[in-house]
Amino acid sequence: MSGNTRRRTGALIAPYSIWALLFIAVPLFFVAYYAFTDNSFGFTFGNIARFFTETSRETGSRIYIDIFMRSLKLAVISTAICLLLGYPLAYFMTRASAKAQKIMMVLIMIPMWMNFLIRTYAWMTILQDTGILNGILSGLGLGKMHIIGTESAVVVGMVYDYFPYMVLPIYSIMAKMDYKLIEAARDLGCNGAQVLRRVIIPLSIPGILNGVTMVLIPSISTFYISQKLGNGRFFLIGDAIEGQYVANNLHFAAAMAFILMVILLVAMALIKYLTGRGKYGEGAKA
Amino acid sequence: MSKELIRLKDVSMQFEGETVLDNINLYFNDKEFLTLLGPSGCGKTTTLRIVGGFLVPTSGDVFFDGVRINDVPPHKRQVNTVFQKYALFPHLNVYDNIAFGLNIKKVPKDEIKTRVHEMLEIINLRGFEHRSVTSLSGGQQQRVAIARALVNNPKVLLLDEPLGALDMRLRKDMQQELKRIQREMEITFIYVTHDQEEALAMSDTVVVMDGGRIQQIGTPEDIYNEPKNAFVADFIGESNIVDGIMREDGVVEIFNRKFRCLDKGFAPNEAVDVVIRPDDVDIVPEKDGQLKGTVTQVTFKGVQYDIIVDFYGFKWLIQTTDFCPEGSKIGIKIDPDGFHVMKKSHYSGMFGDYSSYSEEYDEISENESEEEE
Repeated sequence: MSGNTRRRTGALIAPYSIWALLFIAVPLFFVAYYAFTDNSFGFTFGNIARFFTETSRETGSRIYIDIFMRSLKLAVISTAICLLLGYPLAYFMTRASAKAQKIMMVLIMIPMWMNFLIRTYAWMTILQDTGILNGILSGLGLGKMHIIGTESAVVVGMVYDYFPYMVLPIYSIMAKMDYKLIEAARDLGCNGAQVLRRVIIPLSIPGILNGVTMVLIPSISTFYISQKLGNGRFFLIGDAIEGQYVANNLHFAAAMAFILMVILLVAMALIKYLTGRGKYGEGAKA
Repeated sequence: MSKELIRLKDVSMQFEGETVLDNINLYFNDKEFLTLLGPSGCGKTTTLRIVGGFLVPTSGDVFFDGVRINDVPPHKRQVNTVFQKYALFPHLNVYDNIAFGLNIKKVPKDEIKTRVHEMLEIINLRGFEHRSVTSLSGGQQQRVAIARALVNNPKVLLLDEPLGALDMRLRKDMQQELKRIQREMEITFIYVTHDQEEALAMSDTVVVMDGGRIQQIGTPEDIYNEPKNAFVADFIGESNIVDGIMREDGVVEIFNRKFRCLDKGFAPNEAVDVVIRPDDVDIVPEKDGQLKGTVTQVTFKGVQYDIIVDFYGFKWLIQTTDFCPEGSKIGIKIDPDGFHVMKKSHYSGMFGDYSSYSEEYDEISENESEEEE
């Protein structure tokens, strides 16, 4: 009986298992395999070590560590901006009428229907020294701003591109939240700020976590945005990987990808562990 | 019953042009157990939410201890609510749920601890402090919800169908429990339910509502024995309601036959509604009966039989311990105190005929859950 159902379940998930094996497990295996081998496919830690040790001839600083830290900084800034803008937006969306919610949802989604590259090109024309933004600024007599090619431009691009991935998971968690909980908090003496701090934010942590993950990971590994909006002036870790790959340096490219992946996995596991503790009463203070 | 605590004066409520409450005038006494009773959509939950501060009435005033509180938000009222589906905070354990209100008020930690433990004692959940609220049974969650409200020492506790999600047996236990807590803590309970049995069993005062209006206010006995109109008579317990004519004080005519009754004060020959409760009817041999009819349906209910009897085309429900087989002809006698005469209202003719009687109707109306607004 149960063996039978198990076999049937097995048959049903088989296509997905094969798909996952082919497109997730096998590529990951190859990334790891290339990371730990040299050009003649002999085992080596050399590629991994190179990431941590290679120094610049001019400044003496560690090249790849610097690149990684810069990527991390820009990604964290972008994620933080997405969260600061996205959380209130998600909150107001859940408070709006059903019709307004639908409209806002569509407005957030529309940019996602356009190709990512095209959106980035659009930002180039906006941010250029002779672009739309500077046209408006000088039209208003405010003088020009040099944005393109700065870190700010890269952050703007990242925030714009990944913003929906922050708003949607938070919105979906908040929309499911029982409104009676908010009434209960008010009934028990909370003013608006206290309701937010003691009930709404703690209960929306799973959404925040999803949003942060979905923004942080693509923005830490992006290379296109930094090339187009940063004028290629600062190398991010994605650019470094792409550069090595294009230069046919597959083993070092794989090593960097591998390191990035491990760091992200550890970071996500840590965040999940820290926020998961104390949730639903377990392990909370006595 | 002591002094008046809350008063609703000419309170009306409209949602998108639809009148949900129509000119409600009602006062709540201190330390009273008052129940707002009525079917879905009668306005009882809306009334409760106005007292709780979650809704501001479209017109009319709310007074608390003589002070107008229309615009006072919920967190500034000396009122706490037990919500329909408990609304416990899933991210907090039992202790932190109960301590929530005290933490907000910045009560010293030691005092919070003492008071929470006192509450756990009262609700019989000692040792459950660190349990997650999502791991509790419905009855336990219910009790935590009550403790979370009561620990704040409110003057008034509002309860919105708090037992609706519990099974029958647990509900009976919790009724006793709530009544005990209300007596021990000496506070006002305002209780909303659509379950008339629950209302009669627990309340000092019952307010029967329908269509956004108060139909009757009284003690459970008043409401049951002296219903004001056909709606109340039908909603509270089972009632046979027939058209009658009040011939003179103490004499009512139904089915063209005169009966002695105790009611008086009607105009001579005034058309009235006459209520006869199913258990106020004595079954006698056909030849001795004041009225004669045919049994058309028999249902065994445990304590008694519910039988449907056809009198001249009008079907009555009679509850009797004597078995009368289907198809048998019986006579009935009704004592003068078995009649209750009511003035005609717009509810006349809508209730009290058991022609379409089916046990299933009871089941449906009992399980129906209330979702207003």
